[in-house]
Amino acid sequence: MSGYLDDATLQTRPIAVITRMNTRAITLGALGAAITAWGFFIERDTFFQSYLIGYMYWMYITLGALGLLMVQHLSGGAWGIVSRRVFEAAVRTLPVMAVLFLPIAFNLTHLYVWARPEALTDAAIQTKAAYLNPGFFYARAIGYFAIWMGLGFTLSGWGAKQDAAAPVIPGPEDRKFRMVSGPGLVLFMITITFMSVDWMMSLDPHWTSTIFGVLFVGGAGLSALAFTIVVLSSLADTAPMDGLMTRDRFHDLGKLMYAFVLLWAYFSVSQLIIVWSGNLPEEIPFYLRRFSGPWGWVSVAVLIGHFVVPFAFLLSSTIKRNRKLAARVALFILAMRAVEIAWMIAPAVRHGEHSGPNLYDFAAVLGVGLVWLPVFFRNLSGRAVVPVHDPYLKEALANDGH
Amino acid sequence: MSHAATTPERYGLLAEFDSPQTLLDAAHAVQRAGYTKTDAFSPMPIHGLAEALGFEEHLIPKIVLGAGILGLIAGYGLEYWTQVIAFPENIGGRPYHAWVAFIPPAYETTILFAALSCFFSLILLCGLPKPYHPVFNHPRFSTASADKFFLVIEATDPKFSMDATKTFLDGLGAKETVAVDE
Repeated sequence: MSGYLDDATLQTRPIAVITRMNTRAITLGALGAAITAWGFFIERDTFFQSYLIGYMYWMYITLGALGLLMVQHLSGGAWGIVSRRVFEAAVRTLPVMAVLFLPIAFNLTHLYVWARPEALTDAAIQTKAAYLNPGFFYARAIGYFAIWMGLGFTLSGWGAKQDAAAPVIPGPEDRKFRMVSGPGLVLFMITITFMSVDWMMSLDPHWTSTIFGVLFVGGAGLSALAFTIVVLSSLADTAPMDGLMTRDRFHDLGKLMYAFVLLWAYFSVSQLIIVWSGNLPEEIPFYLRRFSGPWGWVSVAVLIGHFVVPFAFLLSSTIKRNRKLAARVALFILAMRAVEIAWMIAPAVRHGEHSGPNLYDFAAVLGVGLVWLPVFFRNLSGRAVVPVHDPYLKEALANDGH
Repeated sequence: MSHAATTPERYGLLAEFDSPQTLLDAAHAVQRAGYTKTDAFSPMPIHGLAEALGFEEHLIPKIVLGAGILGLIAGYGLEYWTQVIAFPENIGGRPYHAWVAFIPPAYETTILFAALSCFFSLILLCGLPKPYHPVFNHPRFSTASADKFFLVIEATDPKFSMDATKTFLDGLGAKETVAVDE
């Protein structure tokens, strides 16, 4: 039981496995990027719509990881210790995400009605112009990235410092981690609510939903956990994770992912029930567009693939405890996340004949992944894959019946 | 007394331990030694004790799943029957089969049926309520509700032998091992 807890084993870096995952990501990503680039020359508007879908796909994972990183600093527990370095590596992609935001920022008119000249003649948009204008939009985006990076790099930096020192209980950094994570989560919820309104909800400036922010958080937590399970499952064959990622750990993460499937479904259905019951002309277009026409079958696919199937599979503890099966369910969820994000974004901006889902939407997810994943894997291999000198590491992982 | 002469059957050996860890270690040792008819008593839940005794329960999840599905069908069925078949009512121009509005009550009956079936199937499968149990014959058994931990090997266990099993249990760090009758 103590064999895998010695320092040298914990410090082992599974570079070969990470490189193999990275190669796969690059192959798939290059394919997606090529198709996306083709779209840039053929259909400029569709390209930017798809790019936003691809960009938000990875933003969901990045921000979900930031939230979970703060949650696990507050909650403690073995699940957080084994996942922490994955969360940190994902959070440290934020500078790259800020750069990838520039194509959106410089092409607002391709995406956002309120940024176009015809908005001046739309009375409803004009009443919101004090908030929805390019200048304030940029200022807020800078604020979001500053806050997220401030939180992420502070916590991640202290994590690196902790590795360099000897573990003592109580940890000298314990209080610092918590003092940042507690208020950090409040800031996180506020910034995410505003960001989701700015970047996604304002695509249709006539429509509003007050649950949109937390719906984003539910999706982000789900994205980040599914991604983490896939990564940890791949790492679980080699040292040091072969000793740490026991069936109990996958059970923990699987249960948490299951909770996020339910949380996402709960928020989604709440929004639907409220809009459906109110039956107000300014609210229902959201669902009218998605429940009929080319998005009708996508709505059914989201219901079945994003809720019913993961719900049914994750009911079984056998599946949650088996890392190969858990990773398969997580991969399926990650695929459905792309469908759900496309379903959220595209119908709001895509009108006319070709308003349905598009090959470019999914190519763009892979295409942005071509940038995001290599940065993530470089971050992950840059440190030990577990917080080796976390004072609670041994305590959290020792009492394991398997 | 006419039936005073019948000797009571031997129920088994009851070993008393001072800490949850010694009980857990003893449970592992008892299972390794091949005993199958065992049980343990503790004032609080001990993580891993059920597994250590080789206790497996697969029935409750199935009952709860079945009851949950039944609750979903019953709840949705009740809504459908009242709103569409028995008392159709035009409410704000919504369709009679208002599936969106049907979701919350159907969800609640799912949870209700599942939770109640879990609660009652657990109680019944545990054999409760049980006013009498042979372990009550142990003079100090009430301490199992306070600060002592007990392990039982029943006399019907194929490996049970009064002397050898008692020596075995004493060797596991039991404070005292007492034979109790039915």
